[in-house]
Amino acid sequence: MSKVGTPERIVIVPGSVPALPRHVKLRHDAARNCWMLLAPERVFTPDPIALEVLQLCDGERNVDAIAEALAARYAAPKARILSDVTSMLQDLADKGVMSA
Amino acid sequence: MSVEAGIDRKVASATPPPLGLLAELTHRCPLQCPYCSNPLALERANRELSSEVWCDVLAQAADLGVLQLHLSGGEPTVRRDLEQIVAQAARVGLYSNLITAGVLLTRQRLEELAARGLDHLQISLQDTEIANADRIAHYAGGHAKKLEVARWATALKLPLTLNAPIHRQNIASLPAIIELAVELGARRLEVAHVQYYGWALQNRQALMPSRAQVLASAELVDAARARLKGVLVIDFVVPDYYARRPKPCMGGWGRGIITITPSGNVLPCHAAQTIDGLSFDNVRDLSLRRIWQASPAFQAFRGTDWMREPCRSCEFRERDWGGCRCQALAFTGAAANADPACDKSPYHAAFTETAVAEAGQPAAAFTYRRPQAATAPADEGA
Repeated sequence: MSKVGTPERIVIVPGSVPALPRHVKLRHDAARNCWMLLAPERVFTPDPIALEVLQLCDGERNVDAIAEALAARYAAPKARILSDVTSMLQDLADKGVMSA
Repeated sequence: MSVEAGIDRKVASATPPPLGLLAELTHRCPLQCPYCSNPLALERANRELSSEVWCDVLAQAADLGVLQLHLSGGEPTVRRDLEQIVAQAARVGLYSNLITAGVLLTRQRLEELAARGLDHLQISLQDTEIANADRIAHYAGGHAKKLEVARWATALKLPLTLNAPIHRQNIASLPAIIELAVELGARRLEVAHVQYYGWALQNRQALMPSRAQVLASAELVDAARARLKGVLVIDFVVPDYYARRPKPCMGGWGRGIITITPSGNVLPCHAAQTIDGLSFDNVRDLSLRRIWQASPAFQAFRGTDWMREPCRSCEFRERDWGGCRCQALAFTGAAANADPACDKSPYHAAFTETAVAEAGQPAAAFTYRRPQAATAPADEGA
């Protein structure tokens, strides 16, 4: 049983509204010509598709809407994209670099 | 789709730009932890770089490709211009991490640092047993103050990491340390077994845990990681005396990290000054880019050309980069030898036996981290 005030694990569902927490920064790195996700003691280099997902995490769209947008962009089945996006965001949330 | 930690392989050829800068703003510190990572010869306050030089260095670092700035010491909050340095980091786009004991902070100052753009706060923890924590740091009231500062940080929504250096005199508190991290609202905990260089090497016998203790701590961390998934990220640093493979020290010499001492010397690793024969360039004399690319100290052990056997022909040579040069020097007498933590090193058996023997004896008294007779008091002229 967790105590009052103890943070809970974030569970990503289609209705979750993901956003980068304040201490995580996505920025283009001129020296390496690539995008970097900066977190405490960690640097992540998202691949092009992960980058698109991250750029859609604006604190307004929910996961379902993000999957919808990507499905339209790539003319791909939404169910598959929703599943991939959910697992990617869950992984990032568990690493402490995504809030929802 | 994947998001991988580490350096982008596309830029790993030639000399890639450094990812991180460890800025030792001062060697002054109110604490006297016997495992301090500073050199035995602490630098004097009157040799410290000015605010202007630090601000210029941060701009150079960002231009060179540095992404993360670790503001450390000594105790970085001793510097009254810390706010100015943090603001400059934000201005030039460096991710700023303040590594502090916390004991000198006021709530107002913490708010000001957050307002100037501080990205992340890391507070060290000696133990959860108050008397023992204050004894290890040799600072009365330190532990209680740290808890207060940690609570301010979470109240201010400033992201918080707790860093707990682990050794035989606090390892029994590991479960309580993990619970404390959760209770304080830290989202990240470093359970960092002490690495035996500098002050820690002086105090190795007083600090070295047994192999059984190390294994138990690893199991405890594994279980806590599973239980606290998504609540607390735990980074675990193992002591290498009981390892088979060495750690890739600094991610490889001159590959990703720059350390700058309070007086402006630029080092490939914070202990590099223990290696005789290396000369270090200073940010007062040369640009950071020039130093990173061409300084003899950075070139000395960069890549694999310097390696001897067993490293030279080893399949892991570009994974662990031969381990730690300072440890190789301290234990084998030559920095270019393989790290004795590696079981391919002819010194490995003696290395492990040293740990086993020392851990089996009652702990010696601490040699506290203090300015030594050989150097002037670090707080002189402050």
